[in-house]
Amino acid sequence: MNTKILVLGGGTGGTLVANLLAKKLKGAADITLVSALSRHLYQPGWLYVPFGWQDPRTLSRSLKSLLNKRINLEIGKAAALNPDTQIVTLEDGSALGYDYLVLATGSRVTPEDVPGLAEGGYHFYTEEAAWRLHAALEEFQGGKIVVGVGGLPHKCPVAPLEFTFLLDEYLTRRGIREQSEIVYTYPINRVFSIESVADVAAPLLEERKVRAETFFNLESVDPHKKMAYSLEGTELPYDLLVMIPPHRGAKFLENNPVADAQGWVKTERETLQVKGYPHIYALGDTTDLPISKAGSTAHFEAPVIAERIAASLEGRQPDPKHATYDGKVMCFLEAGYNKASILNFDYNTPPTPPAPNAFIHYEKMAFNKAYWYLVPTGML
Amino acid sequence: MSMTTVAITKEIDARGSFCPGPLMELIRNVKTAQVGDVLAVLSGDPGSIKDIPAWVVKANQELVGLEDIDGSAKRFIVRKTH
Repeated sequence: MNTKILVLGGGTGGTLVANLLAKKLKGAADITLVSALSRHLYQPGWLYVPFGWQDPRTLSRSLKSLLNKRINLEIGKAAALNPDTQIVTLEDGSALGYDYLVLATGSRVTPEDVPGLAEGGYHFYTEEAAWRLHAALEEFQGGKIVVGVGGLPHKCPVAPLEFTFLLDEYLTRRGIREQSEIVYTYPINRVFSIESVADVAAPLLEERKVRAETFFNLESVDPHKKMAYSLEGTELPYDLLVMIPPHRGAKFLENNPVADAQGWVKTERETLQVKGYPHIYALGDTTDLPISKAGSTAHFEAPVIAERIAASLEGRQPDPKHATYDGKVMCFLEAGYNKASILNFDYNTPPTPPAPNAFIHYEKMAFNKAYWYLVPTGML
Repeated sequence: MSMTTVAITKEIDARGSFCPGPLMELIRNVKTAQVGDVLAVLSGDPGSIKDIPAWVVKANQELVGLEDIDGSAKRFIVRKTH
């Protein structure tokens, strides 16, 4: 009987691992990918939706069309994992066994973790939320906008900064920037977690007349009084609140033996094996690794998992080129007014982002379009 | 500083991380911890020496210990006070 490889999740990580495995193993294993959605979403594009600069309908494609023909696609949602009996149960009750399991179920936003946030705040971390924020922004005629990070960790760490820069541009283009105040909040004592990025972003915020409120860890929101309160005792009034909600891992992983209480999977930082379960791997937002939750993280992790599973199946050592993950992440940083910077870093080297320029912005625009051809298929 | 004798509820190894960073790992864990819990965070990021005690003061938590690990990292021990 063929070896069974089960991949949970149809985002960047799951799609890419499955495609790389199908290419490497040809027919030597049965590969099944389970996805809750029949569409593959390009989530970085949601950043532009609130401003009306991107139609969200252009940001998804049929998952089937992106998968190697050898992969069996099942649409369904995982409800339980028993890592000891090696069985995944789906919400419809069907049970799937595996020899190797790849957890790529990503993260989900949980505004309900902050009292008042779901009622009082907007965000752009789901397609629906980005549409809602678009409607709210179109109606906005001036006032106080608070933009911030409402929980840690969250995916696409630079997106709140990018949103703030684009918001300044959007309000200026509409002629209502003068009547508007923008406050940017961040949980630590600078405007971004990585010092070198904060050093580039802080003067840009100042230049755009955005006030930064640091050490602001959102504790609650009062949607009636229109106030946001922090763990540190700061109170911020707002007319429009744009808060990145807290994130968690997939619901079925919360308190599972492979994960912590928030559903983040306990993952070995170099091999990407799940701690204590060498036949289970995790990548992308799914892991508890203290690195960026971003598509590019999953992109750079996927070849390691595909190579390690293929080598184990074929009874050989993994090719040293892809044997371990070094923490590599790459993120664009949109700065507004058709300029962008770029962040390249790994476990041992912090990024040194260049001053935002037009070239990197157009590189990002090109990447947004080329993603479908380059990333999920394993071309890049 | 000498080795602390406080019982640690949870230790978070954030060595080798720049993003989201050891401080953010600590804050995330403080948020979900119980009042009275003692959290230890291991960091090799030199910035933590400044950032972690500054947040502890701002957020009215308590830094109960700071230890050196092999000269390459630090262990910050924080009690959740409220």
